[in-house]
Amino acid sequence: MDVATTVDLVAPVLGSGIRLSVPLLFCCLAGLWSERSGVVDIGLEGKMLAAAFASGAAAAAWHSPWAGLLAGILASLALSLVHGYASISQRGNQVVSGTAINFLAAGLTVLLGQVWYGQGGRTPQLGAGERFLGLDPDLGIVRMLGPGGSAAKLWSDVVSGHNLLVWAALVAVPVTWAVLWRTSFGLRLRAVGDNPHAVDTAGVSVAKLRYMAVIVCGVLCGFAGTYLAVAQSAGFVRDMTAGKGFIALAALVFAKWRPFSALGACLLFGLLDAAAIRLQGTPLPGIGTVPVQVFQALPYVLTVVLLAGFIGRAIPPKASGIPYTKDR
Amino acid sequence: MSVPHRELPAIADYVLLPLINVTVAFLVSGLVVLAIGENPIEAVKIMVFGALGYSEGIGFTLYYATDFVFTGLAVAVAFHAGLFNIGAEGQATLGGLGVALVCLAFDGAPWWLVAPFALVASALFGAAWAFLPAWAQARRGSHIVITTIMFNYLAAVLMVWLLGGPLGKPGAMSPETRTFEEATRLPLLRDLVAPFGIDLGQSPLNPTVFAAAAAAVFVWALIWKTRFGYELRAVGRNPTAAVYAGIEPGGIVIAAMLISGALAGLLAVNEVMGTQHRLLLEFTAGAGFVGIAVALMGRNHPVGVVLASLLFGMLYQGGAELAFEKPNISRDMIVVIQALVILFAGALEHMFRPALGRIFAPRGRTA
Repeated sequence: MDVATTVDLVAPVLGSGIRLSVPLLFCCLAGLWSERSGVVDIGLEGKMLAAAFASGAAAAAWHSPWAGLLAGILASLALSLVHGYASISQRGNQVVSGTAINFLAAGLTVLLGQVWYGQGGRTPQLGAGERFLGLDPDLGIVRMLGPGGSAAKLWSDVVSGHNLLVWAALVAVPVTWAVLWRTSFGLRLRAVGDNPHAVDTAGVSVAKLRYMAVIVCGVLCGFAGTYLAVAQSAGFVRDMTAGKGFIALAALVFAKWRPFSALGACLLFGLLDAAAIRLQGTPLPGIGTVPVQVFQALPYVLTVVLLAGFIGRAIPPKASGIPYTKDR
Repeated sequence: MSVPHRELPAIADYVLLPLINVTVAFLVSGLVVLAIGENPIEAVKIMVFGALGYSEGIGFTLYYATDFVFTGLAVAVAFHAGLFNIGAEGQATLGGLGVALVCLAFDGAPWWLVAPFALVASALFGAAWAFLPAWAQARRGSHIVITTIMFNYLAAVLMVWLLGGPLGKPGAMSPETRTFEEATRLPLLRDLVAPFGIDLGQSPLNPTVFAAAAAAVFVWALIWKTRFGYELRAVGRNPTAAVYAGIEPGGIVIAAMLISGALAGLLAVNEVMGTQHRLLLEFTAGAGFVGIAVALMGRNHPVGVVLASLLFGMLYQGGAELAFEKPNISRDMIVVIQALVILFAGALEHMFRPALGRIFAPRGRTA
């Protein structure tokens, strides 16, 4: 296979892999913030779903993707605060609370969608002006690389043409790293997830820091949901997250709760997804036709194997999942 | 886990508080119904009549409750050992594979001959699907919640592959196995009680309901009347202390998860052999997750689990009637109620404890 055919084959898969990894990345970073502060969040899926519905509905109502983004963030934030109240203020079981949020979103979105629009839980189809569409400014780069060549194809399929939210997700990675690892606020926030007693002794409010983390988590899940309904698709359909929140959770474990590793893990899982779609029914040289389910199963299998400590060790923040109680 | 809450009298702790939590969950559900422009009281009337008002409705209610007893017990057993088994859905799915393999192998044989094998197969397959997460938790220190979630998805992916390929009926439109012979299907109770003038209508209630009742008794005896049950509860309360009592927590964790998975797997006998007579994708229809709500609502006690299962059976059957009468209140309303029950009876279970504590505080002492 020469270079040109390889590029023709691989470039579109890379491009779609990046696009598929965006909701995972938003959710994974959301989970990172929450769990680094000691609040386990298996409700990423539900928050993303609620955000997707709210953003689809709002973008259709106000004919603006920005209205969609705002509504998506607000919906996700509301659920986040419920989770925060249950886990931080009420010291409830965080996994149980996350489960409740997932079902609440799954039920409410379809129920309200059916009542409002009567299309089986769908929101109205969004027009071009109501979505975040791919940005393709003419930077003259294609001309420079030579139109029709492999380099130009790589550029146009992989790098260019992404919508605003794709770039927002990529920017969120270094920002998360900088805030959590290069500011005193971030230091405290991570400390609260590892040793809340020490932070409390230092006179810093554990609850306040955890609420801040949960709020950031809600905002990021809001972006994830908006991406699904207003950027990637033209509206909300029932169960449109389809387990992406849990794949993001898997990616978080895979990344060992680190931002740049999270980017890597999400890109890997996104590429697997894109490859599965591309390879459906196509025989691989030397292997034959691989059932598409093998690719679908890989993120889960990898995560289980990693968690069991067979490839490195994934150790969560020490205090994550444990409600903080002041000693009496 | 130490909870710095005031001790309550047993009656308040085990009856009053759960009752308040569930009531609040239903009140909030009523608000949701109100918000979508329907009358909650009318909705409750339609639901109760649909679930209990006539014998066919009762048949359906009991049929749904059968599923929930199995999954509720599965989650409850794991909870007693301090484990959150969110994987009952996947374990039940694999149980379905076990039942289907037995029924397809003995297809045409009389049901009473096949049923014992189907029961054993469903439990074995369910337990097998719980084994790896349990082993990873006990021996490799990975977290049971994440691994059981992953195994739910793996179960779903496995089913799509099996039913689309090796096990699928050739030429079928949807991924499913061939339908079992009439003789191999479990008999329906409606045919047995019809001579006595009871009309269960189209309800798929079958003898599995008795197996569910037996499972509840089994779990009660296991948890509270055996040495193993004591060890299981000890590990659930405090694994470190359990070690000093000569208990090996890892072994208990694995055993508890195997029992949990087996209980979840049994659901498949009701669904695959008793109702659908073939293996379908997603035949569990979320019953594994309802088990979480049922276990939390029933305070992980078999009696509570049975009562909560009956209530959720009513919700499922009544909800179907309600969706028919009031198309605005679709069956997704049940998912919302389920979520609110998990939230208020689970995550927010201590919310009303301080208030109750003040009411029940001995006179003259207000700490």
